[in-house]
Order: sequence, then structure tokens, then C-alpha cells
Amino acid sequence: MKKIIYTLLLLVPLGSFAAGDKVHLQSADINLSDFKAIQKGAKHYVTYCLGCHSAKHMRYKRIAIDLEIDEDTVLAEIAPEGARIYDQMHTAMNEHDSKKWFGVMPPDLSLIARSRGADWLYSYLKGFYVDKSKPFGVNNTVFKDVGMPNMLWKLQGIQSPVIRNVKGEEVISYLELKESGSMSRSQFDTMVTELVNFLVYVGEPVQLERKRMGKYVLFYFLLFGIVAYLLKKEYWKDIH
Amino acid sequence: MKNKINDCTNWVLERFPMSKLWNEHMAEYYAPKNFNFWYFFGSLALLVLVNQFVTGILLTMNYKPDAELAFDSVEYIMRDVNWGWLVRYMHSTGASAFFIVVYLHMFRGMIYGSYKKPRELIWIFGMLLFVCLMAEAFMGYLLPWGQMSYWGAQVIISLFSAIPVIGDDLSLWIRGDYVISDATLNRFFAFHVIAVPLALLILVFLHIVALHEVGSNNPDGIEIKESKDPWGHPVDGIPFHPYYTVKDIVGVAVFLFFFATVIFYMPEMGGYFLEHANFIPADPLKTPEHIAPLWYFTPFYAILRAVPDKFAGVIAMGGAIVVLFLLPWLDRCEVKSIRYRGGIFKKALVLFVISFIALGYLGTQPATTGYTMLARVFTVIYFGFFLLMPIYTRWEKTKPVPKSVTHEPDAEEKYAALVESFDKMTIKEPVKTSWGTKTLPVKPNKAGIVEVLTGLLKKIKASLD
Repeated sequence: MKKIIYTLLLLVPLGSFAAGDKVHLQSADINLSDFKAIQKGAKHYVTYCLGCHSAKHMRYKRIAIDLEIDEDTVLAEIAPEGARIYDQMHTAMNEHDSKKWFGVMPPDLSLIARSRGADWLYSYLKGFYVDKSKPFGVNNTVFKDVGMPNMLWKLQGIQSPVIRNVKGEEVISYLELKESGSMSRSQFDTMVTELVNFLVYVGEPVQLERKRMGKYVLFYFLLFGIVAYLLKKEYWKDIH
Repeated sequence: MKNKINDCTNWVLERFPMSKLWNEHMAEYYAPKNFNFWYFFGSLALLVLVNQFVTGILLTMNYKPDAELAFDSVEYIMRDVNWGWLVRYMHSTGASAFFIVVYLHMFRGMIYGSYKKPRELIWIFGMLLFVCLMAEAFMGYLLPWGQMSYWGAQVIISLFSAIPVIGDDLSLWIRGDYVISDATLNRFFAFHVIAVPLALLILVFLHIVALHEVGSNNPDGIEIKESKDPWGHPVDGIPFHPYYTVKDIVGVAVFLFFFATVIFYMPEMGGYFLEHANFIPADPLKTPEHIAPLWYFTPFYAILRAVPDKFAGVIAMGGAIVVLFLLPWLDRCEVKSIRYRGGIFKKALVLFVISFIALGYLGTQPATTGYTMLARVFTVIYFGFFLLMPIYTRWEKTKPVPKSVTHEPDAEEKYAALVESFDKMTIKEPVKTSWGTKTLPVKPNKAGIVEVLTGLLKKIKASLD
């Protein structure tokens, strides 16, 4: 009997090592209280992403409210030409064309940070490398055979993979900058961080507010709990 | 004025047994005075039920049960509806909280033998509630129309097609289409917001009526009605109101503290309460790499996958729930509470808990060969616990059961012992502060720690005999 229990107890943690084989992700330095960074990220998003990817659950008005910017600034600096403050972040691309060009409609990115996570997005945006066999000439380290061109190549430059042989399999060990872009490496990292910051914010615009609110709620329940406990003690003092 | 109010009250009381109901179920319902931690979960389940009703009604005001609109309407609630995010998180966290509370409530029943005679029917109503709750959660999970909603439902409903002869027609009938579609979403919505909640309410009513007929069990597993004082009240009983109403409010406060922590700081709970893949709209053409149901279904899902044959797997999964219904008749031991039961039952219960948790974990993981093997082992233990019960409980070496309920040390009494063992584990040294010299615990005491730990292990070992 005891032996069975011990064997089972030993097996449980062993099992957790069995799975694995995941792509190594770089960690994104997300700071949602840095409104300036999110604001810059919003601008990058409209400049480089919105052409194909909508963020249709997000309104320009919400950006103005949450990031404490005036509506006029949002319209002038972030929103594309012609957008109004109550508009959602729709893309100009239509489905008919995109199906012809890419085979699919590029997905809406309102919730991409919630489904993929910030680190994934950060590593993905930095993970493009030259692969002549692909239709857009690039492949990606975290999203193999992705059907998207590297939108940021002019800024980042061109990367090519350094291949290493692991047990007869070719594995990308790291990416090497072959041709530099208009930004330095650290400038580019900052820019991608800002962009991911914006996407994390867009995933759940209320997250800062709920964390701020949470401490008051918890404090209230703590007080309520103390009062309730004292009340219970008072009632129960005669029960033995 | 006062007379007018009295007249009105009397008018109602002459026509409706309000005070009789209040007395029978609250003020003069005698509950054992030795309820412990485990007895909070019944009232908490009721609290969560109310939470789900209220938040559910509010969500229905903005949710659209339409395959084209459902996903977007949930995001609309999260962003554009005032306080919509809070209501939605209360509902989604409430679903998981419901299962946590109910699993603990059921476990209480298992350790103190609350399912035994004369409370078999309470257990049956409770099990029916559990089954309804699973149906409610399963159908509710389709409504956000995310990838996991869609494919989870697809996987589970396709299980019905494993039934011989009628299987395919049956699953077609349930879905209303050849795949999960708008028709499925609409009928699940109808069940989730009307049919199943109604059944839940009726069953809660029956569960409580049956409980109040025979009276509550307690951690000692004795019948308090057997020893009464000259006024006919149980010696070991106290009126439910006010004693347990004020006590349950403390439980409510502690529960709400944790509940609010999840809602405000970790509503996704690392992908366990809200799965990451469910933030992608349902796509009938793209199967996710890894389909996992929400955590509360994973023990049963692991049992399903552990069986190599699909139909046999469905039977095993159903059987895992059906055996729970039979618990009052599988357990042949006369003694109710684990405090006075034999070591064999305690060990079996420990194995059962380990296998249930392990199956729950395995159900969240991809089915690799190693994991499937493990799931098979735990499935055998799960069923072994129930099916061998008539044998191992018959010859249990039980301890004598006391006539009256025993005193259990409360938190304050335990505190002294805690301080004592803390003192044992540390070395005290005088420390100079600006107010003078004080003796403060500064260093861990190795010998003391070993002593406390071995004492603890010995205690655990002894409690298993």
C-alpha cells in the first residue's frame, strides 16, 4: 500500500518534465502606466499595422480617455486621416483584395495580446529572417511559415539565421543582422516594446483601472471581514 | 401608523406561513454546534449561485446569441458597456468559483459521511445539482463563441456520436446542424439562461428541504437529535439563526476577498478561468492545436481520453459521475465521520484525492503516451476507490464514536501552538534597539525545525491509522 503511494507521488512531478519543446521567447518590457510609450505604440500601430490589421474593438475616443490625451491630439497624431473620434480602429483594406493578395483577411488584433501574450508578440515582431523560399522572402522564428511580410524591415534591417546542427536537425541558433536598417538595435527594440505595450493595452483597456480599483475593494472586504468576525465572536461567546 | 403596519403584517401572516417558515428553517432549525471550516461551502455555493443569476441577467441585456455577433458583443460588454467588464469577470470567475466551492462541499460530504443514512436523498439531489451545474457550465462556455468555446463543444457533442446505432442522429439532433453553428448557439443560450437555471433552483430547494427534514450532519458524524434537552431541543444543537448566519457571513467575507482578488488582479487565472485561445473568434475551419476543456471538467476529460476506445471512454466518463450517485450504497461502514473510521478508508480517500487532482492536471495537458499511461493508472484508482468500497469498508476497524460532539480547538487556541512551534524553530538573541535591549528570533534553529517537522509527519502518519 505505502509503496504504491510513494511510487505515485514520485511519478507526478516526473510527468511534468515530459512535455516541452517550446520556442524560446524573449521577454517584453511591458509597462502599462507609461502612457507616453503606449501613445507612441498607438502611433506605430496606425503607421505600420492598421493598413492591414484592424483593432475594431478599440475606439479613438477610448485612447484619448485612458491615456489622458485631448481628442484633437489623438485625431491629429494617432488616428489616420479622416477618422472621427468615436470611430473604431478599422482597417482600410477590404476583404476582397486581401484574399487576392494574401489568401486570407489579416486578423483583427484587438485581442491578440490576450491570446498570444506580450512576449510572443515581442519575439514575433523581432523574429523575421530572410528565407528566399517563402512568397514574401521572409520566415519567422516563433511563427513558422507565417504569411505576413516583415513590415518593419526598413527600420530593423535584414536578418539572416545562423544555423546549428543539433542531433542531425538544423536549428536556428540566433539571427544575425546582415544589413542594418534606419534604426539602431536598441532604438528598434524600444519601438517594438512600445508597439507591444499598445497591443497589451488594447487587449483589455480597463486593466489599469481594475487594478487601481481592486485595492479599495480588497480593503473593504478586509474591514468587512473583521467586523463580521467580531460579530460572530460576540454571538458565539456563550456556546461551548 | 404603527397599527396600520401591524394590521398589514397580520393580514399577510393570516394568509401565508411566513413566521412558520422562518422558524422552521432559520430561527428554530437546530444545527450541530461543532461545524468547522468545511461547513462554509454550502452557504458559499448559494452565494455564488445568486452571483451567477444577477450577473447573468445583466450580461443577457447586452449579449447577442448569434454566431455573427456573439464574440463581438462580449467584447462590447468588456469595453463599451459601463461596468460591463466587472459583470463579465464576476460571471466568468463565478463559474470557476462555483466548481471550487462545490468540489469542496462534496469532499466535506465524503469525509464526514454526510451521504449516509438518513441523508442519501440529500446526496442524490446534490449530485443532480452537480450534473446540472456541469451542463450549465458547458453550455455557458459556448456563448462567448471563441475558438475554445467552439472546439470544446465540438469535441464533447461529437462524443454522443460514439453511441452505437443512434449516435450520429443523436449528435445531429443536439447540435441542430452537422457542425456547431448558429442553431447550436441559440439552443445552448436558451438552456443556459432559462432551462438549466430553473432546474438548478428547483434542485437547490429540494436539497435544502431534504436537509432540514433530517437535520445536518457534523464533523463527528453523530445524530444530534438522539440526545435532547427537557425542552425538546438537541443538546448539541444551536439555532441556525443567528449563530450560523453570523458565522457564514465571516465565510462570505473571506470568500469575497479571494473572489475579488481574482476578478481585479488575475481574471484569466493564468489561462485556467479564461483560456487564452478563447480570445480568438470561433473559426470552424481552423482546429486549435490543443483543445482542453476548462479546469473543472479536466478530471473527467482525462478519464475519457485514458480509455482507448471512444465509446468505452464515453461510458467511463459517464460512469465516473454515476458512481458518485451510488456512494451511499457503496459505503458499508456504519461510522460516518472520518475521525472514527478505519485507516483503510483514510488511505483510500487520500489515493482518491491524489488521483482526482492528477487526472485534473492530465486533462489540461496534451495526451502524450506517458501522460495517457499515467491517466490510465489514475483512472483505475478513481474507479477502484468506489467499486472496491463495498469490500474494504465492510471490515474497517473503526474507533468508538462519542455520544456527544467533541470540542475542536478554534483558530485562537491553535495560535498558541503555532507560536510555540515557531519559537522552537528559531534561536532568540538579544538585539539592541533604540528603545533598549529586546529578545528577538533571529536565526533558524535547525534541530528545532527537524523536530517540528518530524512531529508533524508523525501526526499525519498517526491520523492515517
